[in-house]
Amino acid sequence: MTIMTVDVTQRLLPVVPPVAGSPALAAHLAMHPALTVPSGDDPVWGDRIRQAVAESGLLGRGGAGFPTGAKWNSASTGRRRAMVVVNAMEGEPASAKDRVLMERSPHLVLDGAEVAAAVIGASDIVICLADGAHGPASSVTRAIAERERAGTVRRRMSVQRPPGRYVTGEESALVGWLRNGRALPILRIDKSVPLEVARRPVLVHNAETLAQVALVARYGPEWFRRLGTLDAPGSTLVTVTGAVRTPGVLEVEYGTPVDDIVRRAGVNDELSGALVGGYGGAWLDASDLSTAYAPGPMATMGASCGVGIVVALPATSCGIAETARVARYMAGQSAGQCGPCVFGLPALADDLEALWAGSGDGGVVARIEGRAAQIEGRGACRHPDGVVRLVRSALAVFADDVHQHASGRPCRGHAGGSVLTFPKEHAPTGRAR
Amino acid sequence: MRVDPVACDAHGYCAELLPERITLDEWGYPMVDGTPVEADLVGLARRAAAACPRRALLLEEMALLEETTLLEGTGRPLG
Repeated sequence: MTIMTVDVTQRLLPVVPPVAGSPALAAHLAMHPALTVPSGDDPVWGDRIRQAVAESGLLGRGGAGFPTGAKWNSASTGRRRAMVVVNAMEGEPASAKDRVLMERSPHLVLDGAEVAAAVIGASDIVICLADGAHGPASSVTRAIAERERAGTVRRRMSVQRPPGRYVTGEESALVGWLRNGRALPILRIDKSVPLEVARRPVLVHNAETLAQVALVARYGPEWFRRLGTLDAPGSTLVTVTGAVRTPGVLEVEYGTPVDDIVRRAGVNDELSGALVGGYGGAWLDASDLSTAYAPGPMATMGASCGVGIVVALPATSCGIAETARVARYMAGQSAGQCGPCVFGLPALADDLEALWAGSGDGGVVARIEGRAAQIEGRGACRHPDGVVRLVRSALAVFADDVHQHASGRPCRGHAGGSVLTFPKEHAPTGRAR
Repeated sequence: MRVDPVACDAHGYCAELLPERITLDEWGYPMVDGTPVEADLVGLARRAAAACPRRALLLEEMALLEETTLLEGTGRPLG
């Protein structure tokens, strides 16, 4: 009999799942004390919150891990009223955390959006969910209606449903979609200049980041820092899939070893490794799964925390095959603007497929390495860089399999299938090439 | 000196005019390293930027402190 340990980390998701149809607001207020957010400008309150968020050391939970408080400084300049965008697009196919958060804790996210809006003087909050995310969209729409009935809505709140392509979740692309319907990333040289829609500064935050802001505003930075590490405080949501018994979204504190995270989802099979951080993240070898899930330790392994994702790769599956599939998917998800991405990613996918099939020439591995070096850092956004990181980690972690494939022999994982999912993409936007 | 990869359409004039600092990748797109342009190449760099039909080659003025460092390094005044 498996003993289920009670999850001690339950800050973000309700301990008891809400009953369908029951008021989410009542359940939310039973779990968290009411949070009073000023309707107008209140610099004293605003400074207190800025201070709390800065002291909390909160890092963004959308993948870039940028210090949350620092983003607020640039968004509150300018004379026009700013807007806060809640980014729940969740373009990473292996991630479900933001949808789960929006379904089960919409009020926590909306609280955080209200806090951020009040601090930077924003008049509007726009919640962005992928066009296919019907459950979360219903949940947040109901939550907004509850707040309106309760008379607690301080700023205009609306829900937008852009197409759920991978790149649409990139913040400059998302703002581009809001501006003119075209989800295209822009080159940002100076990140202290805010993104804009109709000349209004836009502050974009991942949905989970805002939920964390709502917690910091209520319970303070010291409470927040009781979990996690010095450099990456707090808890975070991680979607665990692949060769696990109960795939799903777990809340873990930063610094938890990756194998602990996987074990909590139940592991039966021998693993050859795990994909961490998303399709633009990196592979970890099975022998390195004791690495802590935190920015520093991940970086030393050539990986990154990225978005909270861990996919357990069983020894019966092939890491090279999986990497080839990811590269092909990511090539198709390019916004189509930058040559090194538009041409480089399909070329990498071609090489990886040739390597896997054993049809590559003797120089295919060197070509993959050379192309990765050519592509890196030469797009407007970090999309191609993520693929480069993943591919490099695959060559290192699955070196034995690379050797087998390059010699035209099947690897130990040749019999297994894929543990990754690849949603059917929407039609690519961007200039035709 | 940097390339705006969104604007760039691989015309290749920049690499023709400044082969000392700009090479093309296998798909015809320019690769520029981030190190500062030497004083005697600044004129050519400006010509390369002006020649780009997409205005995709961007030149950034360096901070005065860095210019001073260059001066000390080369012993020559900047053009």
